[in-house]
Amino acid sequence: MEKIAKGIPDIKDWGIDADPENDPTYPMKPNRTDEEQNGYTWERSVQQAETVEILKSTERPNLSAVFGTSVPPKGLSGAIRRYAYKNSEGQFSHWLPLLIADRVNVVEGIIDDLKKGKVPNIYAEKGFNAMWKYNRKAAIGMIAANVAAVSALGLFLFRGRIFNEGKSVKKALQNYNM
Amino acid sequence: MNYRGPGRVRAEEKPMPEILHPEDCIVKVLRSCICGSDLHLYNGNVPDTRVGSTFGHEFVGEVVELGSEVNKLKLGDKVLVPFNIACGKCSFCRQGLYGNCHESNPEATAVGGIFGYSHTAGGYDGGQAEYVRVPYANFGPTVIPEGMDLDDAVMLTDVVPTGYQAAEMGGIQPGDTVVIFGAGPIGIMAAKCSWLFGAGRVIVIDHNEFRLEFVKNYAKCESYNFKSIEDPVQFIKQTTDWLGADVCIDAVGAEAAGSAMQTITGRKTLMQAGSATALFWAINAVKKGGIVSIVGVYGPTGNLVPIGNVLNKGITIRANQASVKRLLPKLIDHVQKGTIKPKALITHRMPLRNVSDAYRIFSDKLDNCIKPILIPPTVKE
Repeated sequence: MEKIAKGIPDIKDWGIDADPENDPTYPMKPNRTDEEQNGYTWERSVQQAETVEILKSTERPNLSAVFGTSVPPKGLSGAIRRYAYKNSEGQFSHWLPLLIADRVNVVEGIIDDLKKGKVPNIYAEKGFNAMWKYNRKAAIGMIAANVAAVSALGLFLFRGRIFNEGKSVKKALQNYNM
Repeated sequence: MNYRGPGRVRAEEKPMPEILHPEDCIVKVLRSCICGSDLHLYNGNVPDTRVGSTFGHEFVGEVVELGSEVNKLKLGDKVLVPFNIACGKCSFCRQGLYGNCHESNPEATAVGGIFGYSHTAGGYDGGQAEYVRVPYANFGPTVIPEGMDLDDAVMLTDVVPTGYQAAEMGGIQPGDTVVIFGAGPIGIMAAKCSWLFGAGRVIVIDHNEFRLEFVKNYAKCESYNFKSIEDPVQFIKQTTDWLGADVCIDAVGAEAAGSAMQTITGRKTLMQAGSATALFWAINAVKKGGIVSIVGVYGPTGNLVPIGNVLNKGITIRANQASVKRLLPKLIDHVQKGTIKPKALITHRMPLRNVSDAYRIFSDKLDNCIKPILIPPTVKE
């Protein structure tokens, strides 16, 4: 140990936790009790009451003794989540619908805000102030991208009108020239 | 803190948490951190992250309410709360696998309950808040020793144990060369702790110059920018007499940069469970028969990694969420003796109401940010 330490930078407490005997190390069950060989038999805490809808993995027989109760499933995203939880964690049909539900939930969140009379300040929520202060280039890029996206959406939505108006102008010019 | 969608969070009033189980307590938060793994949630990469959730699994606070069966704590105790929720009774907890408790997460068996870490990790609200519900209060929360700085204590809830366990799982033997991918708080702590296990050489790879400079000074290790060395795997081979490192640690996880293909498939299009660049490099840079230790967090689906090389090189992979409660006695001792000085990593202190900006700064690594902490409005500093 001392010999090895000679080539080492001056490190306070170098090697104090070295334990060549501890191999293989955590999490290789150093304190293996083999209790799990007896199955699901341990003494459980009191079961927490299910006061809101909890979606349970199909890979366990019950709810865990405690669980979180934040944001129960609801709306379209909730329906997708309920479907996802019918499939085991080993299947993509569990995880991919959950990712889709998360995206649907974002739209639901904006609608919820609007229903409460609150227009979400998406710029502030994205930390635009910090971006403006410390990375102005990215902030301007964000504004430009948003302007471009809104313009593209506007062009798409009103394309018929713009096209028809264009045709009318062309026709008027033709009539004038005649 | 209220999650509104990928890249969007805001501060908002929410109802006070309640005791829902006789072994619960309510903690008034005094400090909370944003963790690198919170960014996986923030970027929308973790399935079942619901709009309206409160993140935050690194926090300390004061006990303000106790469930009827809590007898190990009293009102007014200042506690540090391990990020993983563990019952202490199931067969996994009894083996010290406190990150794998079977009685804290009904939604998934692959992971135990974690505060503020999606419904895939149990659906708990987290500690980036003024108050938080803490289950299994007789087992998880640990009274902060007299005289310990709260900034040090909050780093003991995740950063220090995870960095320490990364080195521990590497099975480092005296003289080993250890390569750590990622110079975030966990990578920095893993570098520091690798010396405690007797490493002979510690190398950190990242692409943020300010973090590389920080880790070089803090952990007295070598640090290299993968953008300058071009091919980190070849560089590691070259610098280890063409054999590879004895131990490689992935301290990055799903948000890794460095490979366009991994970034596009893992972060932009979510075709895999995050960008596995660091793990890819770790498997290829470790020597035959070496050990890869993973503490970087990935999603639950799958990733593009060279598993064939794991077989052909005879690599041992060890990975887990940190078993915080198991490590706390030793790590509290290390902090009290000055062996580890965790609060040095804290670069930003921000009011909780500025949580949107705090996430942006940390996520984009602005203003040389390494570790931000959030201070609730109820706390007077």
